[in-house]
Amino acid sequence: MIAPDALERRAATVQRVTRIAAPVGVALLVLIVWQVLVTAYDLPRYIVPSPLVVLQALVEDWGLLWHSLLVTLKITLGAFALAVLLGTLVAFLFAQSRWLELSLFPYAVILQVTPIVAVAPLIIIWVRDTQIALILCATIVAIFPVISNTTLGLRSVDPGLMNLMRLYKAGSWSVLWRLRVPSAAPYFFGALRISSGLALIGAVVAEFVAGTGAAGAGLAYQILQAGLQLNVPRLFAALIVLTLTGVALFLAMVWLSKAALRNWHESELTVEMR
Amino acid sequence: MSESAPRAVVALDGVAKTYPSGTRALDPVTLAVREGEFVTLLGPSGCGKSTILNLIAGLAAPTRGRIAWWGAGPEALGARGRRLAMVFQSATLMPWARVATNVRLPLDLAGVPRPAAEGAVRDSLALVGLAGFESSYPRELSGGMQMRASIARALVTQPDLLLMDEPFGALDEITRTRLDAELLGLWSDRRFTVVFVTHSIYEAVFLSQRVVVMSARPGRLLDEVTIDEPYPRTEAFRVSQRFLEHAQALQSGLVEASRETGVRS
Ligand SMILES: Nc1ncnc2c1ncn2[C@@H]1O[C@H](COP(=O)(O)OP(=O)(O)O)[C@@H](O)[C@H]1O
Ligand SMILES: [Mg+2]
Repeated sequence: MIAPDALERRAATVQRVTRIAAPVGVALLVLIVWQVLVTAYDLPRYIVPSPLVVLQALVEDWGLLWHSLLVTLKITLGAFALAVLLGTLVAFLFAQSRWLELSLFPYAVILQVTPIVAVAPLIIIWVRDTQIALILCATIVAIFPVISNTTLGLRSVDPGLMNLMRLYKAGSWSVLWRLRVPSAAPYFFGALRISSGLALIGAVVAEFVAGTGAAGAGLAYQILQAGLQLNVPRLFAALIVLTLTGVALFLAMVWLSKAALRNWHESELTVEMR
Repeated sequence: MSESAPRAVVALDGVAKTYPSGTRALDPVTLAVREGEFVTLLGPSGCGKSTILNLIAGLAAPTRGRIAWWGAGPEALGARGRRLAMVFQSATLMPWARVATNVRLPLDLAGVPRPAAEGAVRDSLALVGLAGFESSYPRELSGGMQMRASIARALVTQPDLLLMDEPFGALDEITRTRLDAELLGLWSDRRFTVVFVTHSIYEAVFLSQRVVVMSARPGRLLDEVTIDEPYPRTEAFRVSQRFLEHAQALQSGLVEASRETGVRS
């Protein structure tokens, strides 16, 4: 007979394995069906390449793709850092002054709802350095969640704790550091998850608009070129690199959030019953 | 120790409160709390008990009337003045901070140097039976233990006046009676002044020297009952005939109060 404790542990292990195995299984299944269909109907590779052909392109074009990935990543990370920095700064200002928020928040919304494709050409004309222009475009896409989430977080202070601070005559700096900043942390990390993905999307869209080739050829440029040349296997390969980059960014943010909040916030508690 | 020195720690003189929303929470109330006294405000929920405590704590300003602390205005409180502490209905701990950091908060805000503050935190935690939980997070504690931490935080500044707003209302009966007894022990040792709020008749009788019965909204003081029983009060007191008599006296006062509620809402 197995002790209930061991049973529970085994159930937990099974669940952990399933969480990874299930989606991987789906992927494998899709890939196999895809390969079989392409082979069976003998589809030309410039329309639908089989997974094996894509894999081959991935390996053969790796040098090119790697170089482009670095270009796109540089824009993405630059934009992400800028969005986090500026967004947090703006959120602090908004949280300290209702007035400032009331007068400026609508413009943050306008920035958010205006399609970046429409604004990018203007920025690219105005800013001489293409790389900086691209970073600015991606920043515009990525900054809004940081502003709105962090502002909300800085305001979402437990009223009981607020009363406590007032009882002990805490100054507004004390309230900010001891209360507002920690209260905002879960909101801020939530924003990072969204914003990191948006920075990547912003970078790709901006690259598309700029159409930068030569030295500054990012992943978007490779996709664009591969499309024009009907090099669909390379297009797929670039797409895969792009997607994996997005997933990696997201996972990094999840890890960061977990590391920062695991001691106290409900969202990151590892439930452990003893 | 004699109870004779009738010095008012806090005196409310015709104090009324109407919230900006238009809610008339408190009709004029006059009440004086003597040094070292344990006073309980007893009344149906919504009658303005928390409002009175918030006014005493200086967290809200009265619409009418005057409040005096140790015979002076609000300047009597604060950094160089008398110390006031408050325990709320929920433990109100910072979930991201360890127990020791939570308890240290009032000292940190007062700029007390770290070594001295840490000593005071240890003493305060020991006082409420939480020695050894310094580095736990609030979520790792039971409801009763969180409340103890909250009391430790209130006591860490060695307050002269302790305000308690239904502190044990959310706890189970067994934990509540135990914490009631422990609170009395602390009060007997240190003789700070306590203004305690509850809607439990039994808690009021067990703890207080004086119980002030309030009417339903808008709150008024209906009745005042002195629980003339010696301390320390033991568990035997809880089941004594005299305990029941006091409880009955308060019960009739409360029935009157809630009858007025019935008319109003
Ligand atoms: N900040 C506030 N703004 C408006 N109304 C309030 C506020 N606080 C309390 N009230 C109202 O005042 C009345 C008394 O509230 P309270 O003092 O909390 O009663 P109690 O503590 O006795 O339950 C209630 O009707 C409540 O809804
Ligand atoms: Mg209340």
